[in-house]
This record gives sequence, structure tokens and C-alpha cells, in this order.
Amino acid sequence: MSERLAVRKTYKLFIGGAFPRSESGRSYAVTDAKGRFVANASQASRKDARDAVTAARKAFPGWSGRTAYNRGQILYRVAEMLEGRRDQFADEVRRAGASKSGAAAEVDAAIDRWVWYAGWADKLPAVAGASNPVSGPFFNFSTPEPAGVVAVIAPDSPLLGLVSVVAPVIVSGNTCVVVASEPAPLPSITLAEVLATSDLPGGVVNVLTGRRDEIAPWLASHMDVNGIDLTGSAGGDVPGLEDKAAGNLKRVLRPRPGFGAWTDDPGTARMTAFLETKTVWHPVGV
Amino acid sequence: MSTETASTTTLNDAAELRAFLRGLPGVDQVGAEERAARLATRSIKTTAKAEAIDLAIAMVDLTTLEGADTPGKVRALCAKAARPDPSDGSVPRVAAVCVYSDLVDVAVRSLEGTGIGVASVATSFPSGRAPLEAKLADTRAAVAAGAAEIDMVIDRGAFLTGDVGKVFDEITAVKEACGRAHLKVILETGELATLDNVRRASWLAMRAGADFIKTSTGKVSPAATLPVTLVMLEAVRDYRARTGRQVGVKPAGGIRTTKDAIRYLVLVNETAGPDWLTPEWFRLGASSLLNDLLMQRRKLATGVYSGPDYFTLD
Repeated sequence: MSERLAVRKTYKLFIGGAFPRSESGRSYAVTDAKGRFVANASQASRKDARDAVTAARKAFPGWSGRTAYNRGQILYRVAEMLEGRRDQFADEVRRAGASKSGAAAEVDAAIDRWVWYAGWADKLPAVAGASNPVSGPFFNFSTPEPAGVVAVIAPDSPLLGLVSVVAPVIVSGNTCVVVASEPAPLPSITLAEVLATSDLPGGVVNVLTGRRDEIAPWLASHMDVNGIDLTGSAGGDVPGLEDKAAGNLKRVLRPRPGFGAWTDDPGTARMTAFLETKTVWHPVGV
Repeated sequence: MSTETASTTTLNDAAELRAFLRGLPGVDQVGAEERAARLATRSIKTTAKAEAIDLAIAMVDLTTLEGADTPGKVRALCAKAARPDPSDGSVPRVAAVCVYSDLVDVAVRSLEGTGIGVASVATSFPSGRAPLEAKLADTRAAVAAGAAEIDMVIDRGAFLTGDVGKVFDEITAVKEACGRAHLKVILETGELATLDNVRRASWLAMRAGADFIKTSTGKVSPAATLPVTLVMLEAVRDYRARTGRQVGVKPAGGIRTTKDAIRYLVLVNETAGPDWLTPEWFRLGASSLLNDLLMQRRKLATGVYSGPDYFTLD
């Protein structure tokens, strides 16, 4: 019996619900923790970033217009799909350097994290909103609204870190452009395959793989991006990126000093970082 | 005016016209598509791109042709035509504003002193299905209200059944009703089925006196495409070589991005030649295109990507 020919997977970008190659035609080799070749990943250019922002902007009215309850349902559905791909994720996390049991634990934690954020969809308005006492005949209340398109520079934690930065951004109705971990981008594309098959509208999450310091400045300066999460940026790059982000007063989430581990309790900070507050004055007693 | 006086062709002329149109060489469809696709890959960057963007802005016929158009919307459009980017005075004005005939007077008053012409669609746009008297009355009303350009539609039904004499007579009658206004003839290429028909309709319109030939109404899909525009540009080039009269071309409908617009400019330069590369001889019928051109213009000027939030909605 002849040996079977290997069918190798092509890792591409995820933009607007489709999987295009980089418009630049470039790719780069991804290696495992021991330096062995694993796969080629697309190396996104600034034009891919531009296209991703356009796709995210297009998806924003639809996604933010859904009921919080429906967004929660869809995110929970994503968790179900993640569950079905445990082995694939575990394999990819292992190649990025984790032990066998460590990889399995990270995949479990990532799925749990996603479910945890999914549950927040319809609770966030109650926690981040308020009814405000005012000295006048008004019922005054504040509700959180999504900021818009958020650029996310993902950390190098290949799956748990990725999930922990993407889920809190989209749960409130934002759409996002994610720049995946540079050394370990493969789980991000596998996550994109999960998202593409789980009722999440195309364009809500867009994933770019490639060089962070090439793509991040374009996203930071982009006038149609409303917020940027710099978690995965190198410390030295942060001031420059913040400077660019000031061009249109983006909301910026800085990498936290003294950050422990991704397995720590995440709290609500990542969700509330990309919210705007809408306050309504409703006349009463007239 | 009765149809009798409008009819300028005798039976003999109609037969000659039909024979002439039939005798036009056929269009190699695969070749035309290939040529258009190849020209579309030309890379236009930096200073050339900046020039192309400004030229494209100056060529735009800023259009609103909705049933829901109001005088207020037309006035807003006219303000945008005169100064496309309120924060940047170096942006050129557009070529013309294109509206329905009943809103021409609103547009003319709003554009007074700007030098921007008002184009009006007429002849029961977009279908062209009305008696000739009605089409002529529509045209005269638009001209009387101050339209400098008339965009008429041809009777595609008559053209497709081979009644080219009728189409010819209609165009000449409308041309007469236009007086000093320029006449653009809309071929509605999306309904003409083949590139051979596009070439025949182009020649028919030019022989009947069109000052411009225009691809589409924008109400039928497909609207303007590169191969169709290529064939029309070849027709105006050959027509000038034969008769000495220059006719303009206007693709309209479906041109939404700067990239598209620049592709058309390349096509003009390579097919008809640089003589056509001015707003006098080439126009782009569009509405949303202008914002994309402005966005790209600002990207070149500031070095950062811009967003739709910073430009007026239309």
C-alpha cells in the first residue's frame, strides 16, 4: 500500500467572513517552540488592515443593533463550536510550546472564558449603566453603547490570551480587527474558522496575521477605528501607538503593568474599556 | 409638434442607416474583456494618483435620481458640488449636478455663480417608455428651467427589434428640443445584451447628433462596466477619425471607489487618447464615488487612513 500524500493546511487571513490571502502575496514561516517548521501563515499588509477595518465598519450597525440576548446566544454557540475542535486547538497550542496537559488545560480555560463573557452580554447594561438622580422633573438614565470598530493587538498567549481579548470587545456590540500573535498565529486562524461557522455575522471579527510593528501603526492612526487594545504590543511601542491613536481620540487600553497570568479572574475592565455612555433625560410628571 | 415634423428620415435613410450599423465590424468580446482587465491592473501611485483623484473629482456628474428627492436634498447636493470638502478649498469642483427635470430650477438657483452646469435626465427616464410628445415636452421643460445638459434615454425596445430609424428620429427630435443644451444619450448597455449592440447604438447616437454617449441609467444592473466603456471609447475615437467631430463619453452607475474611477481614466487615456481626458469630454456619473475620492485624497495628504465620519452624507 502506498503512503498517503499529506494534505497541508493553508493558513489565510479572516476578513469580512472570508478567508483571503494577503493582498501583498506575502507569507512567513511559523515554527514550533523547538524551531521546526510548522506552517506558512499570511503576512498581512497595511492594505489588508484597511480592508479589515472597512469590513468591521460595515458589520457594526448589524451587530450592535442586535439584542444583547441574541449576541449572548451567538457567543454561546461559538463556545459550542470551540468545544468540538478541542483536539485541533490542543495540538496547535502544544506546538506553540505547551506541554500535553498544559495545552489541554489552556483549551478548557479558553472555552470557559468564552462562555463566561457570553453570559455578560445581557448583564453588562445593568452593571455599567445607571439611573441617575437629578434635580428636575426628569427620569435620567445612562446605558452603555459599543464604541464602534476596535483594533486588538493580541498577546502571545496563543489561545487563552486571544480569547480573553476578543470576547470582551465583541460581547458589547463592538466589531474588531485582531492582529494575532506574531510567533503563534495558527490558533487565531483556527478560531476564525470556528467563528465563520457559528452564526457570527461576517466582519464582526477580522483576523490578521503578520508583523505587529508593521500593521499596528496603521490601525492606531486609522481615523475610522474607535478604540485600540494594545495588550500584545511591546512596551517600547506603546507610547508611539498611543500618540497615533490620539489623532481621533481613540479609546486606548494599555498593557497592564504587574499583569499576572491569563488564567486570573479577568474582571469587567476589558468590556467597559470600549463602551460609550448614552444618557437620556426623559421628562416625568408633565 | 407632431411626430410627422419630427421625423427627419425617409424610408431610404432608415435602410441606409440599418445597413451601415450592420456593416460595423463585430466586437471581439473576449478580446475587449481581456484588454479592459489588463488595463485595470495598471498601478497608479503617489503624485500620479493625486492628479488622477483631482481629475476624477472634476469629472464627476454628482447625481441624485431618486423618487424621494426633495428641493432640500438637491440644495445640499449643490453645496457639496461647489465645495466637495468644506475643510479643504484646494479640492476642485465637480463637473455638473444631475437631477430630474422638475428639480432643475432648484439646482440652477443653488449653483448660481459657481460655473457648475445642471444636467437633467429627460425623456421619461429611466425606461424611456412614453409617447414622443411627452419626451419632447419633458426635454423642453428642463431646458426652459435652465438645464445646460440633457441626459436622454434611447428606446431600447425599438433598438432591439431593429427599428433603428425610430431611435434615430427620437434622438434628432430631442436634440432639436435641446436647443443650446448639450445632449447626452444613454444607451442603457445593461439591456443591449451584446458588445456588438453597444457599438451599433454608439454609432447610431453619434450620427443622430449626440454630444455625449452615456452607458447607463444606473437603474439597471449591470450598469457601467470597463469592457462596455472600452467599446464606446473606441466608437468615439473612430467617429472623430471619420467625421472630425468629437463626442464625449460618460460611464454611470456602479462606480463607487477611487480604484474604479482611476481604472476608467486609464482606459480613456489608452483607448480614446489624452484629448478625452478632460471634464469637457469625459464624465463619471456617480454619487457615492465622490466621498471615496475625498477620503483617498485626504489619505494621500495626511498619511493616515480616513473614515466616512469626516465627510458629508448624501
